[in-house]
Amino acid sequence: MSEQSPENGPENSGEQVPVLECRNLSISYFVRAGEIPAVIDFNLKLMPGEAHGVVGESGCGKSTVALAIMQYLGQNGRIVGGELLFNGRDMRTMSEEELRDLRGSKIAMVYQEPMASLNPAMKIGEQLAEVPVYHENVSMEEALARAHEMLANVNLPDPARIMDSYPHQISGGQQQRVVIAMALLSNPSLLLLDEPTTALDVTVEAGIVELIKEISAKFGTSMIYISHNLGLILETCDRITVMYSGEAVEVGDIDTVFNNMRHPYTRGLFASIPLPGADKNAHPLVAIPGQLPLPHQRPKGCNFGPRCQFFDEARCDYGMIPMDKVDTGSEHYVRCSKWSEIDWDATRPKADERPPVEPGDVVLRVDDLTKHYEIEDSALFVLGGGETKTVKANEELNFIAREAETVAIVGESGCGKSTFAKVLMGLEEATEGEVVLGNLDLANLPVDKRDAKTIAKLQMVFQNPFDTLNPSHTVGGQIARVIRKFGVETDKDKVQDRVNELLDIVKLPRDFAKRRPRQLSGGQKQRVGIARAFAGNPEVVIADEPVSALDVSVQAAVTELLMDIQREHRTTLLFISHDLSVVRYLADRIVVMYLGKIMEQGTTDEIFAPPYHPYTEALLSAVPIADTHIEKRKVLLTGELPSPSNPPKGCPFSTRCPYVIEGLCETREPPLRRMADGHQIACHLDEITLKDMKPVISVPDEKASEPAE
Amino acid sequence: MSATADAPLPAPSLLARLSQPRTLILLLALMWIPLVIYVMFGHMFEDSRDYVLIPAVPATLLLYVLAMRAWWESKIAVIGATLVFFWMFIAVVVPFLPLIDPNQPIAPFTLPFSEKKDIFFWLGTDFKGRDMLSRALWGCQRVIVWGVTATLVAYIVGTAFGLIAGYLGGWWDEIISFLANILLSFPVMVLFILILNYLGQSGFNIVIAVTFASAPAVMRIVRGLALDIKSRDYVFAAQTRGEHPIWIMVVELLPNVRGPIIVDACLRLGYTTVAITTLTFLGLGLQPPDPDWGLMIKEAANTALIFKFSYMLIVPALSVSSLILGFNLMADGLREMSLRD
Repeated sequence: MSEQSPENGPENSGEQVPVLECRNLSISYFVRAGEIPAVIDFNLKLMPGEAHGVVGESGCGKSTVALAIMQYLGQNGRIVGGELLFNGRDMRTMSEEELRDLRGSKIAMVYQEPMASLNPAMKIGEQLAEVPVYHENVSMEEALARAHEMLANVNLPDPARIMDSYPHQISGGQQQRVVIAMALLSNPSLLLLDEPTTALDVTVEAGIVELIKEISAKFGTSMIYISHNLGLILETCDRITVMYSGEAVEVGDIDTVFNNMRHPYTRGLFASIPLPGADKNAHPLVAIPGQLPLPHQRPKGCNFGPRCQFFDEARCDYGMIPMDKVDTGSEHYVRCSKWSEIDWDATRPKADERPPVEPGDVVLRVDDLTKHYEIEDSALFVLGGGETKTVKANEELNFIAREAETVAIVGESGCGKSTFAKVLMGLEEATEGEVVLGNLDLANLPVDKRDAKTIAKLQMVFQNPFDTLNPSHTVGGQIARVIRKFGVETDKDKVQDRVNELLDIVKLPRDFAKRRPRQLSGGQKQRVGIARAFAGNPEVVIADEPVSALDVSVQAAVTELLMDIQREHRTTLLFISHDLSVVRYLADRIVVMYLGKIMEQGTTDEIFAPPYHPYTEALLSAVPIADTHIEKRKVLLTGELPSPSNPPKGCPFSTRCPYVIEGLCETREPPLRRMADGHQIACHLDEITLKDMKPVISVPDEKASEPAE
Repeated sequence: MSATADAPLPAPSLLARLSQPRTLILLLALMWIPLVIYVMFGHMFEDSRDYVLIPAVPATLLLYVLAMRAWWESKIAVIGATLVFFWMFIAVVVPFLPLIDPNQPIAPFTLPFSEKKDIFFWLGTDFKGRDMLSRALWGCQRVIVWGVTATLVAYIVGTAFGLIAGYLGGWWDEIISFLANILLSFPVMVLFILILNYLGQSGFNIVIAVTFASAPAVMRIVRGLALDIKSRDYVFAAQTRGEHPIWIMVVELLPNVRGPIIVDACLRLGYTTVAITTLTFLGLGLQPPDPDWGLMIKEAANTALIFKFSYMLIVPALSVSSLILGFNLMADGLREMSLRD
């Protein structure tokens, strides 16, 4: 990264001893079925002050590498080959004592779930002070003073208050900052970060990423950053290792790998993520065909072979493919026997262009929809009790959705999108307002009072593929139930035909009907979930983050599938998401929500270009984009998301807004400004200020936005 | 013979086909219903009584083979199932065994492995001169039938209330949980004695007593599981489809609470067996003269104080322990296997 101070940079450290070096490291797990190789022939050289990203899909072995470095492989995991050198010493020869000394003082790790790393029964100050007391034998006072200082270093406001809190009393973002502070307290020379921001909201994530960058500049700590998100790696790291099915397939400097990738898998990965150049009509995503092989079913030769378009029999399926140096100048290696023969410009994966779909009549109209929850205050000992509190989950939502249109609802946790979905589906009744589908008001019509036709018109695709299907019933049985319930077909054979037809639509083999969900992968389960939603020929489908829990290469396939079905059936799609990259790719119109209120709505182009609502601006800036050519303006939010049960008076965003107007935003609700036909912004800033905003993401012209070769 | 012509059919696939849930239920019914008819309503059949049990014999053996095949990986479950199926098998074949009538007094206080009146007594006789071996083997019938029936009823009631309390929540939950807490606050024995004294002493009333004592605990387990499952997306999907709450409880929730319930049921079968034996021991349960382990222990309680005659106590006590141990080991094995994957 450019922030890297030159004396710490990898280019000047030729004679330095690497902090960590993995040489042909192989790790296996031993289970009842025998040995399962988790990581094979892994090489990594981490120089002091360098940040190295490890990227790959689930099951590729990236976390196993981190655990091996910590020597935490557990009972059944073992390093079966190669060397693991820390500051030039082989960690495998160290005694338990030495290792214990090393962990926590020289090597520290930050995990995905901050709450799992903190002791819920101890105050944060005590937990932090434990580190220097244990590792350096300093006095308690000094340890507490250091903890205080470190909390200030990780940009936590009011460190004294945080020191005196228990972990559950602070927010997720603050918890993760505390965990990072704890890791840094012993001044480690190596920091391992395993998906440190995956559990956090986008705007909070942006703050943590900024902090991680600061740390490497300020403390010169070497870092290994494990993530599935290429955009995050680009923002934080100098070098990158791409892993696939237990092997590193490509290693190199960030710029080299991002722009001159030389492994078909890396390129497939980039083609399947929605970069700003992608568009659902002109440049659809290209999914990698096939599936990640299970560790005990890996093919011979190249693990990626069966999914690779350049696969050559007798060459790619034979023996072990070694890492090969690429002639791009820097230390760039790739595990592909054909990289030098492939014409990397001519064979760029490209899907067919599709004609844009013209939206039809208005199908769904949401008018002033408001949903309040009354919650009983549990302060029993307050005399006169029974005080109720109102949670304003949805406040005056207004928007429309047309036939065959995709409307994205964007917002972070607590923005009220789940409540909105519940009202729409008839599981909650609206406090006020209307939701009109066709010409029927659904706002106060619970699901048991709706007729089968109305229910069938409005279906949902869920977020979590592991939760969306009942594990006890067969896939076919669950789809068939929907068909019968909605009265699409009643005859046994015809129901079976319709199940088969739906499986065809979602591109699953017909014999999957007899399978149980546990025999399916995450992506396949999500396809069944889509088939179930489309079983009753719905007019409107609500998709609640349908791809966010899936691996990158699978995400593209499921997104494309959803788009295809929508195109064919002219379904209206309400796409709930926090991921603006996906939304930009597939949405026609976007509704941005914050704490139950609509902040901004308009067409996709209007949302992504100024004028912005200040929240939209921050959200756009927060989303990591895996493209080295994109220039992003930094808009960092301070503060935390307020609780929906106690939202700020006036504008809900006023507590975090960089443009806040003292005395106005906190007290008065913002007016709705109509910037263009259909483009609305709820903000106190006047139109001129809004129109003066600079674009957050500047995409160079169309040609250059594609990786230059 | 056509049966031998079909024989080349590969054995594993036959067993695999028999392991289908439908055939398993059929086999269990084939084993269980004759036994229940025999023990509970046997007096209606008089002489033809023994023939009722004939279909249960092959069903029991087949189920044992299937259990061995399915649970082979867990040695604990194999030992447990072997103990349980040993007693199950004895229960269904005991009328066909060449045993002395268990109620016929022959030679009082005969020691084990000795001969009296030209009869060799393997396990001796009790104070009335009845054959201990015969009584111990016959005794398993009543314990198994009433124990399993009582547990089954307790589970059906407990699961139903647990699903209602967990899924519907609100007032349903408040009322059901409150009643369960009241029942749980009684010492089990006090509850048993109260119910059996009030309703009279019979096998069916034992079932009612065990239901009152066990169902609240079962209900709490199921309620907890239901609370977890009801927030899953597939339940949400069923709700948004407009499914009736009863349908959701039976089809979406019930199959997914099955696993933990089966494990707990095996453990609870052990408790129930103890409870029934204890009740009989106290004179509150099944009535003499038909053999029953609890009854045997009760009858031996006085005489067995003399060391020489302690076998009268040891034989029924070991029998009941081996059955309970079997249930507990089976539960352990099943839990172990469910944790593995």
